[in-house]
Amino acid sequence: MVEGKTKKEKMPRQPMPEQEAEIRRRNFKEVPFGYTRELALKEASRCLQCKNPSCVEGCPVSVDIPGFIKLITEGEFTKSIRKIWERNALPAVCGRVCPQEAQCEGNCILGKKDDPVAIGNLERFVADLEREKGTGELPPKAAPTGKKVAVVGSGPSGLTVAGDLILKGHDVTVFEAFHKPGGVLVYGIPEFRLPKEIVYSEVNFLERLGVKVECNNVVGRTVSLDELFEQGYDAIYLGVGAGLPRFLNIPGENLIGIYSANEYLTRSNLMKAYLFPEYDTPIVKGKNVAIFGAGNVAMDSARTAMRLGADKVRIIYRRSKEEMPARAAEIHHAEQEGIEFYLLTAPTRFLGDDKGRVTGMECIKMELGEPDDSGRRRPVPLEGSKFQLECDLAVIAVGAGANPLLTRSTDGLKLNKSGYIITDPATGKTSKKGVWAGGDIVTGSATVILAMGAGRMASDSIHNYLTLGW
Amino acid sequence: MFEILKRQEMADGTVVMNEISAPLIAKKAQPGQFVILKANETGERIPLTMADTDPKKGTITIIYQVVGKSTNLFKSLQVGDHFQDVIGPLGKPTHLEKLGTVICVGGGTGVAVLHPITRGLKQIGNRVIAIIGARTKDLLILEDKMKVASNELHVCTDDGSYGHHGFVTDKLKEVLEKEDVKLVVGIGPVPMMKFVCKVTEEYGVKTLVSLNAIMVDGTGMCGCCRVSIGGKTQFACVDGPEFDGHQVDFNELMQRLDAYKTEEAIAMDKYSCECKAAG
Ligand SMILES: Cc1cc2nc3c(=O)[nH]c(=O)nc-3n(C[C@H](O)[C@H](O)[C@H](O)COP(=O)(O)OP(=O)(O)OC[C@H]3O[C@@H](n4cnc5c(N)ncnc54)[C@H](O)[C@@H]3O)c2cc1C
Ligand SMILES: Cc1cc2nc3c(=O)[nH]c(=O)nc-3n(C[C@H](O)[C@H](O)[C@H](O)COP(=O)(O)OP(=O)(O)OC[C@H]3O[C@@H](n4cnc5c(N)ncnc54)[C@H](O)[C@@H]3O)c2cc1C
Ligand code: SF4
Ligand code: FES
Repeated sequence: MVEGKTKKEKMPRQPMPEQEAEIRRRNFKEVPFGYTRELALKEASRCLQCKNPSCVEGCPVSVDIPGFIKLITEGEFTKSIRKIWERNALPAVCGRVCPQEAQCEGNCILGKKDDPVAIGNLERFVADLEREKGTGELPPKAAPTGKKVAVVGSGPSGLTVAGDLILKGHDVTVFEAFHKPGGVLVYGIPEFRLPKEIVYSEVNFLERLGVKVECNNVVGRTVSLDELFEQGYDAIYLGVGAGLPRFLNIPGENLIGIYSANEYLTRSNLMKAYLFPEYDTPIVKGKNVAIFGAGNVAMDSARTAMRLGADKVRIIYRRSKEEMPARAAEIHHAEQEGIEFYLLTAPTRFLGDDKGRVTGMECIKMELGEPDDSGRRRPVPLEGSKFQLECDLAVIAVGAGANPLLTRSTDGLKLNKSGYIITDPATGKTSKKGVWAGGDIVTGSATVILAMGAGRMASDSIHNYLTLGW
Repeated sequence: MFEILKRQEMADGTVVMNEISAPLIAKKAQPGQFVILKANETGERIPLTMADTDPKKGTITIIYQVVGKSTNLFKSLQVGDHFQDVIGPLGKPTHLEKLGTVICVGGGTGVAVLHPITRGLKQIGNRVIAIIGARTKDLLILEDKMKVASNELHVCTDDGSYGHHGFVTDKLKEVLEKEDVKLVVGIGPVPMMKFVCKVTEEYGVKTLVSLNAIMVDGTGMCGCCRVSIGGKTQFACVDGPEFDGHQVDFNELMQRLDAYKTEEAIAMDKYSCECKAAG
């Protein structure tokens, strides 16, 4: 045992094998290959099995992290994935897209002196193993309650609610506006970061459990919430996300070749424009690309543009590197792939040719002033620092807002001044009886795991309501 | 899956009508609203206005001009075939109001979009003068239906092969000279709508147009369909598709409609080759 212990202390964090930057920047295949069994065992052996694990405190849904890692070291992979499932229904997704450095791994005790345990990589390993080689055995379901639940939106938040409530014996139907389920996981996050097959396999798992998924149904248009109640639904969960693109509101923004990130990524991911002309949806392929913003959405847009054949891709951001909201891994990957960063720079107008196509932009340099509401230092324009940059494709990734399509057509649903749904923070209940909400449509653009956490909280409350009352 | 129950070719096969089973949409649809259709797995999302609906039968009718890859693919679908996806009803319905005498002007396939609006305006008590046109007689559609839907119908052809020889805008001027008109609705190719608005502006008559901006989702989440209305950006799919024609930046719209000219040609070439290869 003593020998094992010294080994434990010496073992470095196992790097994730991945495609070379030079090669992957031109293809849409997933970047990391995933741990092998050997690497996973080595990495899992680094965990100290803390009595009071600080990693768990950093996890928004409190996965029993040392618990599932211990089961990996014992080779009990099926038990390990079951352990994660107790708290998190989408581990193959979360292992890939959670900002671990700000959550579990950011809290890991090993991180104080050394590198933290690669919790995300391990989570991904057991989830992939189960999907590829597992028995596919379904968890036990409670006896039917005879209650019907409608889930509006098939993003991570809606899928969590559907999964929880079907296991509790309720009859669950998910309504999705798009022709495919998955929300941002399908239309936003690119294939090279989250293969769509993983999302479909999660949805398929829910369908096998008995969840009905009805695509092409724009709730608020195709059917209203009140009509759903009339049709016999006992409870409704709204997980419709933050589907409203934000633009820069500067002159020239309607030139051809300027996209919102929502449009650019939807064309590429959901519509598979990266496979044009095999798929019918076209996309502007820029040689000289400008991306505005520095979150995950901006990184995804930049890396997509690179894969679609750009010579030069610039991220243009009005604050400095420290303020960039993207996951550390995404920024790192983007840099490796040759994406350039123009920091402390903001666009003031776009320039175009006589055919209405974008040819460039005018920018201004910024400096950081006093902290603003978000606690980040506010960028202030530097007088006389205007300059021009060329571009033939621009993608605006400066955030999203609340899409009013459903919320404004629904009576009795209280919204805040930005249009997000107001809910009881302890239950997810809205002001409308029998209706819950959670995820980005309540919090504004956040993360997959927070959307799932909100779904879990609401599903507990919905279950209480269906068994005990409002 | 959305089955095609009826199919008819019009205007020398350049326009196709499909009646499609879509009960949920048929129940909710109102004049002026559109659907988005996708033929198959690799297909594109294509917006088309509902030319008619039958809530009892649970069907919607679309009438589309065959222009590029997607509409050619749609044309290849026969009765009994299915559209993989149909989404709707989308867009704001036409605001139907009793005003007095109104003119409905339609060009080309725009007449299909205009028809339910014309009928609606008459039904609530307006006196509706309809003016429809096409390049030539064979391309004219829905003459009979428009006759029934309106109080007075004028037909124009650019080449004089039928009805009045000339553009719909010539006839429009003539009617505006004689009548006290409260509203003009103009639907057709963008240049036509632009000229209709030019004419009605001179007469100070409020004019509605329907903008066919390129779309993806049709629910306001992507901004692809943005149009400039009175200098402000709006989304045609949720704020429209109908707008006050005198506020519309038609030149911007025309340019944006050409955004994918090159890609459209590539897609069409590939499709023609595949069709030939398949015999
Ligand atoms: C490009 C991109 C990259 C991201 N990267 C990360 C990341 O790396 N890590 C991370 O944690 N988070 C990331 N996020 C954020 C994360 O994806 C979201 O916070 C999360 O998906 C929100 O989940 P949700 O279930 O609330 O909504 P969504 O995922 O937005 O799903 C909402 C669904 O509801 C549907 N819908 C909307 N209106 C209706 C209606 N009226 N009727 C029926 N259906 C409707 C929508 O079509 C959509 O499918 C990213 C977001 C984007 C856009
Ligand atoms: C709200 C709305 C209602 C419409 N109603 C009708 C109708 O009732 N009947 C009818 O014949 N046409 C209608 N259109 C136009 C129709 O959508 C286009 O003709 C069709 O998309 C052409 O596709 P294509 O692949 O065959 O041709 P392409 O060769 O791909 O394109 C031909 C032209 O169609 C336009 N177009 C291409 N893709 C799209 C897209 N995704 N969305 C919108 N326009 C596009 C382009 O500007 C292009 O110049 C409508 C458009 C909108 C936005
Ligand atoms: S904090 Fe780190 S070392 Fe401790 S239990 Fe969690 S993962 Fe293991
Ligand atoms: S088509 Fe996407 S916002 Fe209108």
